[in-house]
Amino acid sequence: MAILEVKNLTLRFGGLTAVNDLSFGVDEGSITSLIGPNGAGKTSAFNCLTGFYKANEGDIVFDGKSLMKEKPHKITQLGMARTFQNLRLFKNMSVLENVMAGMHCRGSVGVVGSILHTPKQRAEEKKIKEYSEYCLDFVGILDKKERLARNLPYGDQRRVEWARALATKPKLILLDEPGAGLNYDEKDDLIKLIQRIREKLGITIFLIEHDMGLIMKVSEKIIVIDYGQKIAEGNAEEVQNNPRVIEAYLGKEEEDEAV
Amino acid sequence: MSVDNPRAREKEFPDVDGAVSKQTWVDRAYELFDNKKIRNSSLLGLAAVVLLIPTFGGNYVMEIFTNAFFYMVLCLGLNIVVGYAGLLDLGYAAFFAVGAYTTGILTAHFGMNFWLTIPFSVLFSAMAGIIIGGPTLRLRSDYLAIVTLGFGEITRITARNLEITGGASGLIGIDRPELFGLRLYQIQHFYYVFFVLVIIAIFVAVRLHHSRLGRAWQYIREDEDAAEAMGIDRVKFKLYAYIIGAVFGGVAGSFFAVKMTAISPQTFLFTQSAMILLAVVLGGMGKIPGMIVGAFVLVIFPEVFRAIGDLRMLFFGVVLLVIMLFRPQGIWPERRS
Repeated sequence: MAILEVKNLTLRFGGLTAVNDLSFGVDEGSITSLIGPNGAGKTSAFNCLTGFYKANEGDIVFDGKSLMKEKPHKITQLGMARTFQNLRLFKNMSVLENVMAGMHCRGSVGVVGSILHTPKQRAEEKKIKEYSEYCLDFVGILDKKERLARNLPYGDQRRVEWARALATKPKLILLDEPGAGLNYDEKDDLIKLIQRIREKLGITIFLIEHDMGLIMKVSEKIIVIDYGQKIAEGNAEEVQNNPRVIEAYLGKEEEDEAV
Repeated sequence: MSVDNPRAREKEFPDVDGAVSKQTWVDRAYELFDNKKIRNSSLLGLAAVVLLIPTFGGNYVMEIFTNAFFYMVLCLGLNIVVGYAGLLDLGYAAFFAVGAYTTGILTAHFGMNFWLTIPFSVLFSAMAGIIIGGPTLRLRSDYLAIVTLGFGEITRITARNLEITGGASGLIGIDRPELFGLRLYQIQHFYYVFFVLVIIAIFVAVRLHHSRLGRAWQYIREDEDAAEAMGIDRVKFKLYAYIIGAVFGGVAGSFFAVKMTAISPQTFLFTQSAMILLAVVLGGMGKIPGMIVGAFVLVIFPEVFRAIGDLRMLFFGVVLLVIMLFRPQGIWPERRS
């Protein structure tokens, strides 16, 4: 069953069509990837899904509900979390506080509760802290929870972002180039982590990635786009052998020279 | 499209611990304050001194301290908007005007008991917060500053032109309140009343800072888009900051009205808003002890240098410039490592 269904999605910036009549589905419990050359519209499509851009046409159905008119925070509440291509951590806050941001939408205490420290408020704070620590432990940086986010090495900052997304208790997690800037070992860890998120937490994963090796290893279904349009869909092998994909990445072979 | 390599960016801005090495003795003194024992004993000592001042200080000293307490409440309120949520507000005096006029009108025209006017002043200042916040909070910093500036002026000009607010001459003869049968009219009464008000304001500000709400404001201040992606409704939480800040101003305004017994539009000029904002920035945005220090400096300085006459404001300006040059983050800033 598809947890996310994108139908004829189109996004225009003035005269430029960034996403053009794009349709695909993400099955529940799967690891699906969206790939394409630079500027193909991957991040634009992602931003439509998470509500940061408003698509001009088409429909996005998540868990049986249309997201076309929802604000980003509402979409997160509905169970779709995201990470950013360029890290967007709260740099001057501690690692734990960063992850606690994810739990925010699962809490409800307001002004009065906060001022009076009601039992409900204390219970909620405790729950937020415990679950955030669990998420940090899951990505393997619980020992760094008191450090300021900006003082962590790059690889660990990435982990904070994943933990923060996990803390929103999502059904579907959108990873925007999770491998960007990671070294070989870190990428290996990333692959294991992605698989663990699916296996242990039962979260569906949808990622954008440049790194073909990573994509081919981890994803069950790959959607290839170019110029905002879908050009291929299938598993790693099917996509790799698809002539249109090869063309998009490597360019077309010149007939004359081939002779 | 350029390939964005985040790792390269990291090297461009090596903002790792460099700031800590530049620590001055002032910062080390503040760090002592993080120790719970030292903090509690110094706060107790401070409270004792403040409570004893009326026994040896004259009316003049008490008057200045009361004034400082009043500005502390305003600064703590504005700090929620500016320091916690990171929204620039150049019209804060408007909320304080709403509170002062609410109490003034209800006691002078309707003969209402002062203490009963406070809920109204909370209600009306909160409404003012919603009216200014609702339509404008989608704007980003600079535009928001201009709109709040306009709102501050609108409030003052409205007060000057309405009949119920007494027009340009304002309201006079606002009744003094009673507390458990004691009529509050002497300066030492107000000294203690405003001191209690400061304590309550600090309590509320601390509790809010260390709550889900306080964190949400910090997230929004740090990165609005990331906060939104984490499921935080930025418009709603900015509005909360506005409303709570407005209520602080409104309540302070109510007490101001009965202390002065007279209010006029002249009290709520733009300079008033600017002064409060100045104290917040001077003290160190986002930090409660910073607000106390900032408000105190704002009130004390012109008094200490009263002897040099009008020149003192010029001198004050120079001193502020020097402080800002050497401590752009404020006297007692929020610092974390």
